[in-house]
Amino acid sequence: MADFNNTNLADFSGVWVFCEQRQGKLQPTVLELISEARKLADDMGTEVCGLLLGGKGVGDAMAKELGAYGADKVLVAEDDLLETYTTDAYAKVICDTVIAKKPEILLIAATNIGRDLGPRCAARLHTGLTADCTHLDVDVEKYAAFLKEASTLPEAQIDALDRADRNLKMTRPAFGGHLMATIICPRFRPQMATVRPGVLKKGEYNEAKANAVQIEKLDIALTADDIETKVLEVVKEAKELVDLTGADVVVSVGRGISKDVETGIKLAEELAAEFGGVVGGSRAAIDSGWLTADHQVGQTGKTVHPKLYVALGISGAIQHKAGMQDSECIVAVNKSDSAPIFDVADYGICGDLFKVVPMMIDAIRAAKASK
Amino acid sequence: MKAIVCVKQVPDTSGKVAVNPDGTLNRASMETITNPDDLNAVEAALQLKDATGCKVVVITMGPAPAEGMLRELLARGADEAVLVSAREFGGSDTFATSQILAAAVKKVGLEDDDIVFCGRQAIDGDTAQVGSQIAEKLGIPQISYAADIKKEGNTVTVKRMLEDGYMTIQCKTPCLLTCIKELNAPRYMSLGGIMDCYSKPVEVYDYNTLKDDPLIDPTTIGLKGSPTNIFKSFTPPQKGKGRMLEGADKNTCAELAAELLKKHII
Repeated sequence: MADFNNTNLADFSGVWVFCEQRQGKLQPTVLELISEARKLADDMGTEVCGLLLGGKGVGDAMAKELGAYGADKVLVAEDDLLETYTTDAYAKVICDTVIAKKPEILLIAATNIGRDLGPRCAARLHTGLTADCTHLDVDVEKYAAFLKEASTLPEAQIDALDRADRNLKMTRPAFGGHLMATIICPRFRPQMATVRPGVLKKGEYNEAKANAVQIEKLDIALTADDIETKVLEVVKEAKELVDLTGADVVVSVGRGISKDVETGIKLAEELAAEFGGVVGGSRAAIDSGWLTADHQVGQTGKTVHPKLYVALGISGAIQHKAGMQDSECIVAVNKSDSAPIFDVADYGICGDLFKVVPMMIDAIRAAKASK
Repeated sequence: MKAIVCVKQVPDTSGKVAVNPDGTLNRASMETITNPDDLNAVEAALQLKDATGCKVVVITMGPAPAEGMLRELLARGADEAVLVSAREFGGSDTFATSQILAAAVKKVGLEDDDIVFCGRQAIDGDTAQVGSQIAEKLGIPQISYAADIKKEGNTVTVKRMLEDGYMTIQCKTPCLLTCIKELNAPRYMSLGGIMDCYSKPVEVYDYNTLKDDPLIDPTTIGLKGSPTNIFKSFTPPQKGKGRMLEGADKNTCAELAAELLKKHII
């Protein structure tokens, strides 16, 4: 493997996206990655390539959609052994293909599967991997513009960046979102990143591009002996998961509902229903078992940026703020006027949520009626 | 049979996080704790010990004070501890860290019926990468996001969580499992455990201990051997402080509704 890395970095080209599918369904976040890859590839003057692994027929089913969002080409590996994800089979096919074709960048969605697969591949390929990225740049002008907006770095430092730098600059939150770090992988290729779902924007569907996509079927060397794990079953939970990242309005509850959890959640649901929104929760609410894990907003949960985020009885730990502070409008209700959540709120009300929320619902209904 | 657990001492990011003026973390001002997911990994190992009488070895890489954390884990019931510590190891990214920890696991001795346990991810970096990377360096199968673990003979059956459900996966030992908080409730230190923990061995592996392993090479460990580098680190601008509305009554709520109406949210 070492030889692979001793090769000239200039031999590597193209932006690749691992196109994760589960049971024949493309994960929606893949289209966000393809759209982002398109932007990066345009800045670099190179092509976007989807890497799609699955059972027989997976390429015909998905390649067009990948093309529509920006893939020039889709490399397809179809095999019964790839129908269901296993670390061993997927890592082998991906690493073999990367070694043969030498992409400059490889992006993987930071799902539970992507975060299992990415590090295994990076370790085998002897390259760097940056976890759970929320922002990517190659072009230095764009990166500088991003820093001016999203950092407190002095302008002089930003202006001093080397404009010729062509490394992928991978930015991610660290320490619960209190610090941001931009990571580079200057000496090895491909530059690999897992990318947090729901953060990057999906582009527009382009019919002409969908029809123009090239499909290349890969010849793979994979046998059952390559796979040391056996998947006995894949169970999709019957319960409907809350769509936090897609919702326009999120009403979240935290430790502040502890004195009457049932009423607290009911009030949050009623308030959310006024906007057709959904209910989320802080880590405290999930760890206490009041809401299931799919409701969690924060560094270890989901990142959301709805039009309206209402925080009820949430103190605003760094780890929570990391997941919601980019919401367009934030309303916070908390008993303590020194709660850190008020530092990021557009509108703060210091009071008992059990008293305030019913009045808030009435006021919203009245405002709707007045329109 | 052994259960080998890789653990990390981390700053407690759930409390106050202090940042230096230059944008780096003020670690001195923060409490250190055992990474929460790693406690679930330790508990999984201790449960295996309860069931089979196997030996539990905890390994951490870090500066000398991390020994205190190892003593606590010995007090919870681990049998032996290894502190991997050397200047040459400093500044390692996840790739380089996994090289070193894999070498340490090999030094402890990985036998046919052993399991290596890791936490899913550490709260300081949140990368979730080191476990999988250790498995690759050791050439053993991995199962991440373990929410239930059963071992019969040398077959391990794991409930592996996905966002929308789970998989049941089986593999043979030796293997590496990464553990999530749903797996178990970590036990506390026992009084007897606290009494015993200072008589249990904490071995230190420094550069010389591990240097003969092919994984330990100046080009693959430490800051220089790390494929990734920090290019910039920075603090996000504080969002402009919004308005605290007066009171908490009907008028307050009416004012809020009027603002939301103005912003076309209502």
